[in-house]
This record gives sequence, C-alpha cells and structure tokens, in this order.
Amino acid sequence: MKTFEYITPETIDEALELLGEGAQILAGGTDLLGEMKRGLATPKRLINLKGIQGLADIRSIPDGFLTIGSLATLSHLAEHPLVAQHYPLLIEALQRTASPQIRNIATVGGNLCQRPRCWYYRHSAFPCIRKHGEGCFAMGGQDRYHAIFGGHRCFIVHPSDLAPALMALDAEVRIAHADDSRIVPLTDFFVGPRDSLTQENILTRQEILTAIRIPVPPDNAYGTYLKVSERKATDFALASVAVSIAWLDTQVTHARVVLGGVAPVPWRVKQVEEMLIGDELSGKRIERACERAVDDATPLRHNRYKVALVKGLLRKALHAAHRSREKGEK
Amino acid sequence: MSSWPSAQEAKVLGKRVTRLSGVDKVTGRAKYTYDIRLPGLLYGKILRCPYASAKILSVDTSKAEALPGVRAVVVVDENKTCRFVGDEVAAVAATSTDIAEDAIRLIEVEYDIGNYVVDEQTSMKPGAPKVHEDRENVRPGGVNEQGSIDDAFAEAAVTLEATYSTQVQTHMCLETHGHVVEWDGESMTVWASTQAVFGVRGSLADHFELPADQVRVITEHMGGGFGSKFGPGVEGVLAARLAKEAEAPVKLMLDRKEEFLAVGNRPSAIAEIRAAASKDGRLLAMDMKTYGTGGASGGAGFPLPYVYTVNNRRRQHSDVFINAGNARAMRAPGHPQASFIMESMMDELAYELGMDPLEFRRRNDPNEVRQGQYTVGAREIGWHRRNRNPREMKGTLRRGIGMGCGLWGGGGGKGTQARCTIHSDGTVEVVTGTQDLGTGIRTAIAIVAAEGLGLAPEQIHVRIGDSQPGLPSGGSGGSTTTASVTPVIKTAVDKARVQLLQWVAEEMEVEATALTVGDGKIFLADDLSRNLSWKEATSLLGTDMIVTEGEWDSNLRQSGVAGVQFAEVEVDLQTGQIQPIRIVAVQDCGLVVNRLTAESQVYSGVIQGLSWALLEDRIMDPSTGLMINPDMEYYKVTGSLDMPDIQVIMYDTHRKVTGLGEPPVIPTAGAIANAVFNATGLRFRSIPITPDKVLTAYKEANA
Ligand SMILES: Cc1cc2nc3c(=O)[nH]c(=O)nc-3n(C[C@H](O)[C@H](O)[C@H](O)COP(=O)(O)OP(=O)(O)OC[C@H]3O[C@@H](n4cnc5c(N)ncnc54)[C@H](O)[C@@H]3O)c2cc1C
Repeated sequence: MKTFEYITPETIDEALELLGEGAQILAGGTDLLGEMKRGLATPKRLINLKGIQGLADIRSIPDGFLTIGSLATLSHLAEHPLVAQHYPLLIEALQRTASPQIRNIATVGGNLCQRPRCWYYRHSAFPCIRKHGEGCFAMGGQDRYHAIFGGHRCFIVHPSDLAPALMALDAEVRIAHADDSRIVPLTDFFVGPRDSLTQENILTRQEILTAIRIPVPPDNAYGTYLKVSERKATDFALASVAVSIAWLDTQVTHARVVLGGVAPVPWRVKQVEEMLIGDELSGKRIERACERAVDDATPLRHNRYKVALVKGLLRKALHAAHRSREKGEK
Repeated sequence: MSSWPSAQEAKVLGKRVTRLSGVDKVTGRAKYTYDIRLPGLLYGKILRCPYASAKILSVDTSKAEALPGVRAVVVVDENKTCRFVGDEVAAVAATSTDIAEDAIRLIEVEYDIGNYVVDEQTSMKPGAPKVHEDRENVRPGGVNEQGSIDDAFAEAAVTLEATYSTQVQTHMCLETHGHVVEWDGESMTVWASTQAVFGVRGSLADHFELPADQVRVITEHMGGGFGSKFGPGVEGVLAARLAKEAEAPVKLMLDRKEEFLAVGNRPSAIAEIRAAASKDGRLLAMDMKTYGTGGASGGAGFPLPYVYTVNNRRRQHSDVFINAGNARAMRAPGHPQASFIMESMMDELAYELGMDPLEFRRRNDPNEVRQGQYTVGAREIGWHRRNRNPREMKGTLRRGIGMGCGLWGGGGGKGTQARCTIHSDGTVEVVTGTQDLGTGIRTAIAIVAAEGLGLAPEQIHVRIGDSQPGLPSGGSGGSTTTASVTPVIKTAVDKARVQLLQWVAEEMEVEATALTVGDGKIFLADDLSRNLSWKEATSLLGTDMIVTEGEWDSNLRQSGVAGVQFAEVEVDLQTGQIQPIRIVAVQDCGLVVNRLTAESQVYSGVIQGLSWALLEDRIMDPSTGLMINPDMEYYKVTGSLDMPDIQVIMYDTHRKVTGLGEPPVIPTAGAIANAVFNATGLRFRSIPITPDKVLTAYKEANA
C-alpha cells in the first residue's frame, strides 16, 4: 500500500509552496488515479487544486481573449455560451472526448497535462523508456496505435483531443511559478521525445498550469475537428485533425492545421498552413495539402494506415471548410 | 404427456413480462456476490505467475504471513509448472484488499523460467518452445473424409483457396469471477458468481471431501458468465482454503486484468480451405485444414462445413497449444467461428459464380426453417438493394448488405427438481436449484406458474439460486436452462392446481374437472358467475398446504434452432470506419415463454457478435509473452454509440420450449464481413475488421 499526503490548498501561492520532489497535482483525477492504481505514478503528496477559488472560471476579458481556468471541467467548457459563439471547433473536440461521465470530472488543465496512453507505457509489466526503463516496446512490437511523426526512441502519441483544437485556435497557457508567472503559446508547451523521454510538456515540478487563453478568431473563420477512433465513445483517436481557416473573399488568409493521435505532441503542419494561405481552397489544392501533410511521415510496421487516415481526415476537413465558405457567400 | 397452452389460450405465457428482479437490479437493492458483506470478512488476493512459462522451484510465504493484517496464506501447488502469465501460484487473505495486495508482493517465489510461445503460427513451427514437456504443441485430430474431393474438383465450375481466421475473444462478464466463503465447522456456505450452483457445490464438496449437503451455494443474482462460470475454478477453491485456514469468511473477487488472463476465452480459429462449386450453384467439395488455440489447454474445435451439405469433403483439425490463458466454453462454443468461416466462403463462391449469394445458400442449405427465414430476412433488410457488382462501386462512403447463418440445439434435458407449494394464505412458492445467468429464468418460472394457476407472474414467489432446498438443477449452459426447467415447473404447478381444484370442487359441490382457473379466480367453466377468488379457494386448505414435485416431460421441449441474420453497413473508405446501419435477426425459437427477455437475448447476441466482428481482440506480445491489452481501454467492446438499428424477428416454428441464449451470437460476424464486401469489394477473411485493416486493404486494392 502506498500512502500519501493529501492537501487541499486555498490559493495558488499555497499550492506552489507545497510543490516539490514527490508532490503531484491532482485536478479531476481521471488520469492520475489510473496511473496511481497501476503504480505508474507514486506521489508522496497530492495537491488537490479543487479548493482554489476561481480556478475553474471561464471568462471573456476585455482584450478579446477567452480565459479558461485550468480547473474548468470539459463539460463546463463545452456548454459555455462564448465557446458556442466563437469556437465551435472546441465543442466538436470536446464532444468526441472520452465519455460524458469523464467530461464531467476531467479538467482542461488535466487534459493538456495527461500522460500517454501507449499500451506498453500503461502496462505495469513493461519497463519502457518513458518510465525510466530500457527502451521502446512498440519498436518491433505492437505499434498500430503509435506515432508516424516525431518519434524518437519512443513512439507515443499525444492522447488529447482538446490540445490540437486549442492549438488551431492559437491558444496560450499561463504557467504559475513561485517567482513569476509566464504566458506561453500552446505550440511551445508540448515536448517531444527528442527533448524529453519522460515528460510531455515544459512544466517543471515547481509549476502549475493555471489558465488557457484563446484569442477571438479572425473574421470569417471556420473551424472543425474531426476524429477517428475504433469505437465511437470512450476511445482515443487513431488520428484527428483540427483545422481553422479564414478568408478574404475567396482567398485563404489564415490557416491552422493540427493533427492529433499521430505524434508525441499535437502535430502542427505548418507547411500545409503556408501552402493554403493566399489562394483559393480548390479541390486540387486540397489534394496537394493532404499529400503535403504526410510528406515527412515515418510509419512503423503496423501503423502505415495512419498516413491514409490523416489524408482522409484532412481532405474531409478542408472540403467542409470550403463548403462552409460557399454557403456563407450565398 | 402434457402440452403448453395454445397462443389463444395463453394469458401470460409468451407475453412481454418485465424481469421480476428488474427494479432491484436498477436500484442497487439486488445483492450480487460482489455485494456480500459478512462480519469479520477478510479479503483474498491471488499471486499470479508473471512469466509465460515457469516451473515453481520454491515458495516462501513467511514475509507475507508476518505482515500485520494477513490472516492466511495458501500455496496452490509447490511443484506447479505455470504455462501462462496469470497462472495461479498462491493466495492471501487479509483484513483489507490493500493489505492482501501488499502481502502477495511479499511472497518470494523462485522460478525456473522457460521459453514460451504465444501465437499459433510460431507454435506450429518445428523447434518452437514446447508448452507441455510431454506433448507436441500441435495435437492433430484424425482425418475425416467422405466422397471424392479430386473428382469433385475436376467437375467444378469455380474453385476457391483461402484461409479464414477468427481471433480469441474473452467473456467480459461485467461481474468478475469470485466467491465469498464462510465455514461453520465442517460445513461451508459459498456465495458464488456462477452459472451452475450445483456444479460449484459438487466441485467444492469433492475437493474438500465433504458430503454434498455440507456445502451450500447461493447465487441470488449474478453478472454474466457466458460459459466461463461453471465451476468454482482455482479461485473458488483458493477462497475456500483461505477461509478455512483463517477461520473467518473470505471474499475473493478477481479484478478485470485477472478476468482477461486466467478465466477463459473463446479459442481462435484458422481454416485453410479449398472449395469447389458447380455452375448451378452446388457446393461440391471442401478440403479443410483447421487449427485453433485454446491457450495451454485444448478445446479449440469448431464444426465445418457447418450448416451446408457438402458431399465430398476432407478435414483435419488440430488444437495448437500456446502459453496463454485457457479456453472455456463461450456462448455457442465453436459456432461463431464456424459461421464466420463458412459464410465468408459461401459468399466468395457465390460472387465467383455470379450468383445471388442468398440463392447460393438456398441451394445448399437442407434446413427448412432457414429456407423460410431467408425469405423473411431478405424482405426486411431489402436484399434487392444490395450491390450487384461490389468491386465496381464508386465514392468513398459506401453501403452494402450481407448475411450469415447459424444453428444450435438448446433442447434442455433431465436433471431439474422443483417444488410448488400453495399456502392457505394464497402464497405460491416455486423452488428449484437453477440460477439466473441473466437470461431471466426467474421471471420465466413465474410466468409458467402464473399461467398454470391463473395468477399474475408477480404473485409467484420464485426461489432459485440456492442449493439449500436440495432441489438440483443443471448448469446454465448450452442454452438449456429454460427448456430444462420450465417443463418441470409446469408439471409441478399442474399437479398443484389439480389438487386445489379438488378442494374447491368439494366446497362448491361440483366435479373438479368442471372447474378452471383464471384472473386470480377459480370458477365453473360453464357458469363464470360461480367462482371463488384465489384467496377464498386457498383458505379452504386451513392448516394444510399443497406441496407438489415436478417431473421431467420431454414432450414440452424440443431441440434444434436455426437462425439467419442480415446486416447493412456503411464503410468510410477515407477513415476506414465501418458503421453497422441495421441488423435483422431472424431467430428460430420454438415456444416463447417471455417475449421481452427472449428478444433481449437476441439483441445481446447481435451486440456481442458485432463487437467480436469489429473490435474485440486479445493481443499478445511475442517477445514477453504478456497480454498487451488486459483492460477495457484497449480490449475494446462496442458501446451504445456504435449500435446499429437491430430488428429482432422471433420466428416461432412450434410450441415447445427451446433455448435461445447462445444462437443469436452466431451469424453476426459473417453477416457483417459480407456486408463490408458488398459495400466495398474488399474481402476480409479475418476479424476483427478494424479501420487500419480497411484502409490498408483499400490502399492495396487501388495500388
Ligand atoms: C476511459 C477514458 C477515456 C478517455 N478518452 C479520452 C479522449 O477520447 N480524448 C481525450 O482527450 N482524453 C481522453 N481521456 C483522458 C481524459 O481526458 C483525461 O484523463 C482528463 O482530461 C485529465 O483531466 P483531470 O482533470 O482528470 O486530470 P488529473 O487526472 O487530475 O491529472 C492529469 C495529469 O495532469 C497533471 N495536472 C492536472 N492539472 C494540472 C495543472 N493545472 N497544472 C499542472 N499539472 C496538472 C496531474 O498531475 C496529472 O499528472 C480519457 C480518459 C479515460 C479514463
């Protein structure tokens, strides 16, 4: 039996003070408790954030940002009127996340900080590199759910549906530290295996993710989130795509394309964004964009299908964007 | 010899009656084994072998025993050879589950670790590590041959050579396996999550060398077995040993991971087939080499050529051993495998012949019931809407229709004793030692008794799931429970009614034969105004009561059911996703006792078949011998959003009771795979058909 200390601080400062070696943050617990039960996380101290006033608030602020407290639940976010108004893409992503029961408990911060779902990582009998063990069991093993981009000695995929969607909306995160707090673009938040084999984001043991900020999207923006999983609910993405596009007349002026479930981090495909901007969204261009998106894919033995899947999803998303613009014109 | 009332006469028999235990179950009042709490209860936990092959050299339990809170430690067998990850080694009982878990980690086991093999293909290769020292990994059966394969192939219009396979499926009982055991001197009471109350009693009595009546087994409610819960298993014996040693009651319920590893599964099936058909659509010949693995145990057989007539055939089947959890019976053992293989093959041959796949089946299926079902099912699904040229379809979102067939026995048999008691206050008690596996036998018994006594099912006190009254009944397997139990209930109830009518006849001064029951009354058949209420009638008993015993009447039941399913699916070739749109299940069933629960068996069969066809898979890691997905996250089972519209058609062909629990799971996978082909022109000869396979096959087809 692993015993641990359980503390519920009332302010961020108090929480920050409690942090340190062996301490871990508890938000909704939907991920952390699973990790603890399997012996993957063995905290000596759990710092429960749910006692901190205002950390679950969702507010629009005068400078045009929507601020989401890291403790806001996924359900709360999905039901928020401002989200429905400006960021339908987020709602699509949230509706495809886990199950209603989990969304009622899971928090936005926890979702961005959740640990990988790789079946070797989660299985207590495989001492993999992400658990400070020997190597990657997916290499040469059962790798159908693993990364086709950005793998390096470890081939996990980032499991979050929310992260690609937020990234496509140019979200930023606010990180609190005892000395200062900083705001970081979400694109810089996640960390791939080249930078760390045991951590999926930049947070240090002394830091807490306190909020997510999303700017108001550009005029005429269209966004969509498409996800494919083997089972409709309670299943992680085989691949997903978040797209946000804006036009001036027929010309694309803004494009964000982020892939989920295919890389150790939410995988932004800048080369596709760049080729979309400044032109019409024709069928031909969409095809080229799809090819471009998978240019640098390096599939493993059993996950080559993800290349076709990414293309299929991106094609659907871009066609949907195209259709929405045409509808808007009428 | 008696018979069931006709459809016109029947008042409750065959109607939709909600489960008597339904409210208790949804409100949480129903007590499952998991819910049993006793004063001083200890919690058991099993230490399982972490290696796929290992000989136990020594077991040292001293540290575990010394841990505060530990009350008993037992070792399964000091000399055991473990043949799969999860094989039982020892067990602990402690004052909490946490302590028990800590304690099993303190047990020191020295193993001689051996080589292992966890997939059929590798196991069959020469030089593969041996699963059993004294046996080869492949246990070939005899060659069955009839007719002349070569002659038949010589005259064939089309031939086909293909390998079909189905994967290992686990039972996924929502309530895990487990027991609560309490000893009182040399007697024990066992709460068991079992589908065989008397089976568990017999096994435990044997094991502990006790007279059977010193073991009482109780299964008031249980959360699914699907064939994996016929006996106490190693875990039940360990629970009893721990309780004896600790001199305190012990609860030992398995966790989900243990369920996946150690308490059964449906074996895999591989069939290498050469088949030939004539121009006019006769299946001429089949040459079959088949394999399957039931883990370290055998039992991986399946019937071929299944429902069809093939005069020229040769088959050899081999069980293949691997270092993985042992098979147990699972819902229609062997049949879903056989159906998927045959239905896929039939479909392929039909398309090769350029013949309507339904017509091709009609020409080779000798069963008259299915011939009728083909017509009904085809009409309901709209068979004419199918694609005539599946390989030439355009677009990325495609729909198609397919079908599959099945058969089962389910006739029930002797071995149930039952008692019907009518008390003078009007209470009716029906007692027997069967158990409600989830199929609703409790309610079926009440319906049969209510029908016989002119009462409502809720007025019958049904007592089942307890060996104490000493009225045995068989295990709930082979879809036999309803067909085995209801005839005995009916004869007991009929006798009781006759006796009651005798009392009433004397009171009313009429002939007993002139009386009849209905609507809670007993009345003169010729003059309905002359009647007694049920209570008035039973009060005549005074201090007496009516007690009757039932007897087996084989005329009330019949064996043999046929079934056909049609599926419509939509396949998205950009994402590889298969969405079942609609499934029509035409199920032969004989006399329906409770239409509601009968249909619900068919729904559940379709759902389980669908889940197997599209998702479920036990995935083993060859390098470590571990099961990679022993959890509900990656051993995927369909959820509510994956469901198609399911249409159940009860195809009653006679008025004798026949079992229905297993057959509806049989045809689904074949029907789905064939629908996928009809939609896309892509033939999947193995399941589950997951998006990765669809995308890969589509890419290859267009390369
Ligand atoms: C069955 C199941 C299905 C799922 N399906 C999906 C899915 O389809 N899509 C998807 O995106 N997700 C899915 N998930 C994951 C789920 O979304 C996450 O578990 C959840 O969002 C985590 O949030 P939480 O508040 O419960 O986090 P917790 O479990 O409390 O924490 C998760 C991790 O983040 C850390 N943490 C939490 N909050 C902070 C913070 N503010 N600052 C710093 N660190 C923090 C914790 O220390 C912990 O390591 C699924 C989970 C389950 C159990």
